[in-house]
Amino acid sequence: MKHAPIVGTSVPRMEGRAKVTGEARYVDDMVLPGMLHGATVRSRIPRGKIKKLTLGLGIDWSEFVIVTPSDIPGKNCIALIEDDQPCLADGLVNHPEEPILLLAHPDRHLLPKAVEAVTVEYEPLPAVFSMEESETSQQIVWGADNIFKTYLIEKGDVDTVWQSADHIVEAEYTTGAQEQLYIENNGMIAAFDLQQGLTVWGSLQCPYYIHKALMKLCNLPADRVRVVQMETGGAFGGKEEYPSMIAAHAALLAMKSGKPVKIIYDRMEDMAATTKRHPSRTRHRTAVSRDGRILAGEIDFTIDGGAYKTLSPVVLSRGAIHAGGAYYWPSIRIRAKAVATNMPPHGAFRGFGAPQSLFALERHMDRIAQVVGLSPVEIRRRNFLKPGQTTTTGQTVNEEIDLCKLLDRALELSDYHAKKERFARDNQQSSHKKGMGIAAFLHGAGFTGSGERFLGSVVGVEAIADGSLRILVSSTEFGQGTNTVLCQIVAEALGLRYEDVSIAQPDTHEVPNSGPTVASRTVMVVGKLVQSSAVGIRKTLTASGMLSDSYTPEEFRAACRNYLAKHGKIRSLAQYEQPEGIFWDDEKYRGEAYAAFAWAVYIAEVTTDLTTYSVTVNDFVALQEIGKVLHPVLAKGQIIGGVAQGIGFALYEKVIWENGRMQNGQMTNYIMPTSADLPPIRVYFEELGNVHGAYGAKGIGELPMDGPAPAIVNAIEDALQISFRSIPLLPEDIFAALSESATLETVASTSRGRE
Amino acid sequence: MSQPLLQSAKCEISLTVNGKLETLHVYPMERLLDVLRHDLGLTGTKEGCGEGECGSCSVLIDGMLVNSCLIPALQVNAATIVTIEGLATDGRLQLLQQSFLDCGGAQCGICTPGMILASFHLLKKKPQPTLEEIREGLSGNLCRCTGYMQIFEAVEQAARRGAST
Repeated sequence: MKHAPIVGTSVPRMEGRAKVTGEARYVDDMVLPGMLHGATVRSRIPRGKIKKLTLGLGIDWSEFVIVTPSDIPGKNCIALIEDDQPCLADGLVNHPEEPILLLAHPDRHLLPKAVEAVTVEYEPLPAVFSMEESETSQQIVWGADNIFKTYLIEKGDVDTVWQSADHIVEAEYTTGAQEQLYIENNGMIAAFDLQQGLTVWGSLQCPYYIHKALMKLCNLPADRVRVVQMETGGAFGGKEEYPSMIAAHAALLAMKSGKPVKIIYDRMEDMAATTKRHPSRTRHRTAVSRDGRILAGEIDFTIDGGAYKTLSPVVLSRGAIHAGGAYYWPSIRIRAKAVATNMPPHGAFRGFGAPQSLFALERHMDRIAQVVGLSPVEIRRRNFLKPGQTTTTGQTVNEEIDLCKLLDRALELSDYHAKKERFARDNQQSSHKKGMGIAAFLHGAGFTGSGERFLGSVVGVEAIADGSLRILVSSTEFGQGTNTVLCQIVAEALGLRYEDVSIAQPDTHEVPNSGPTVASRTVMVVGKLVQSSAVGIRKTLTASGMLSDSYTPEEFRAACRNYLAKHGKIRSLAQYEQPEGIFWDDEKYRGEAYAAFAWAVYIAEVTTDLTTYSVTVNDFVALQEIGKVLHPVLAKGQIIGGVAQGIGFALYEKVIWENGRMQNGQMTNYIMPTSADLPPIRVYFEELGNVHGAYGAKGIGELPMDGPAPAIVNAIEDALQISFRSIPLLPEDIFAALSESATLETVASTSRGRE
Repeated sequence: MSQPLLQSAKCEISLTVNGKLETLHVYPMERLLDVLRHDLGLTGTKEGCGEGECGSCSVLIDGMLVNSCLIPALQVNAATIVTIEGLATDGRLQLLQQSFLDCGGAQCGICTPGMILASFHLLKKKPQPTLEEIREGLSGNLCRCTGYMQIFEAVEQAARRGAST
């Protein structure tokens, strides 16, 4: 059976037409009869006991539905890894913006005033706002020791090489919180009746996370809780966990009032109350030989988890495993720790810990290069992982990746050497200092270690009345292209046309649990399952005698219709099974951390203007090996979008905290890149193929978040000859560093003058 | 803003939206964004920030590109408004819509209606814009997904195909 390939071509985005015409339906576009609007009364202090709640004067409270913790039918928690986060604070608040009380009213205009009119009296308790304060344990704000989770990764004999090493290079690097800033704010609608149970519709990534949380909160069985994903206007990890909270709030108001309730956050509430990227601190101590070979390393990686555990252990895990990057470490010890503070919990954001630890590593590689007296290119070349070598967790690189070749291609594409030489010359005469910076890195696709085995994802494919196929997964579309690529995979697997396949709206009553839409796992892991599920349909049809071995798409459709007419239903399910030979030890954190790694070399060209101290990225080359590109336009879009967010992470996006509360929760003062700010982002792919993914694909969604920040800050160092170890790096930071170095130079020349 | 909005009496306004004359009773200071979405059911216009920064709620008033979250309803009496729902004709996509689809200019789709209207406005003023003019012309519309490059490609493609005519 021959057909033109569909995988590898840029078919139209499945839901694209609805999006360009404005017909796509997001949660705020949905109105139910008799619907109320809900709002949340939140903590104004970081930590304390709630003494008294007063409903103020001037509001007719009888018109409002009011929900307190006593209205919760089940357990007052948002079930995730641990049940430590309450749905509504009960007597104690642990961070600013923690939900305390819920209100609903038919007129949404009345809600802000009502929220204002609720007075909460507190007995404040001392609060902790930084990792360092948390580590002193002077105030215990979570558990017995403020520690959510630790990991220890050890390889080789770390302790013996230090005395004989030619160089020991030590430094500390930090990264700040980053807001996901999806343009669609969070929102949910809930409805409850005794017949149907509870239904929520919303903007979300993980329908079954919410399903699980609502069952526990509302004390309902699985079949009486239904979660439906509406079109979702961006997520980036930011709609992985917090939507469970909003769904819970809408659900409680709907259950109490007997009416549907809609909660839509405004931008300020969304930014102040929901999760952000974990702030991080990484300390490197590296033993290096005279010729620039890494002998051993010690890495301490710490993240600020905020007030509750939420997903911090998992973010920490990915950050720790990626901390050694794309290099060969004969021996290494990585200590990782997630600590509690009285900030709103930090959470999932594209890259999930890896952008933090890789920023540190890729800055540190440049530092090692300086100490040893090699170029940034050469230090990487000498230490790259090679096929047959093992990663920090002892995973053998078993694909033919040649990172030196990848680096060479990126150097050529960016005209690295010629530019570097020219800039070094021109910078002496100019107030616009230019520089080139490299980041080389990897990103593991899918859940870590035994994660996919524990998930045991299930997917389905079924035929519908017109004989076309429909994919049944809980994997969600929020811009990345889930719908399109999964449909391509089914069409390709069966020799059908793209238009012969559609995908069901994620609805826990209709689709099996294919796992959360996170960790760059959808195309690689879910895609592979969808492929085998599709093949199952063909097997059923051929076994029934309704389809011959060779068929046209029309004949396939006819066979489906005939089968449906006779049997009423045709559906094929597939469940994840761990490939053979995959070993992972959750205790020792050793083994095959990921089924596949994507590899990349990114190169940034920057200009620092010494009049304004602002940095402009002039050119950006993003070269990556991602197995197989299933959809060139979408894949390129993922990379460009991730690089843009990475540029924001490095240069623009700074959360201003005061007593644990975000002070700049607006798009006017939290600055993300605009169309006028970005350089040409030039995307190139290498394709080696991958045995574990559908048609050889590896996950790519998060990869592009890892490289831009270190490449850019490396380029700034190249331009200014000043080392920056912290992001975001704003003009005022550059000004401060330049002023300091100017002072030092003056002092130095003065003292030399005296001699 | 809820207080004066609710205290003042509703007033009657007439306006033309996507070629159709509409007469509505609205609070004078109600946001045009809410009038479009709630009173007229035109939910293609999106709210991103509510303070005129992100451009998701962009519409055209008498040919001018505005953030509809900043426009009081009273101001659009007798005005002619185009929203995203007004671009396609008889189910046929406008060239810009097709280009956004072809080039990957829409990912999550939430900024897309505003972005397409901003592009439409740009091409009306400058039928063959340079890349620099596109970057500048769309800088009032934030997109978190695409990193903008494929949006630029979409606008360039639409311009080549004569979208402004």
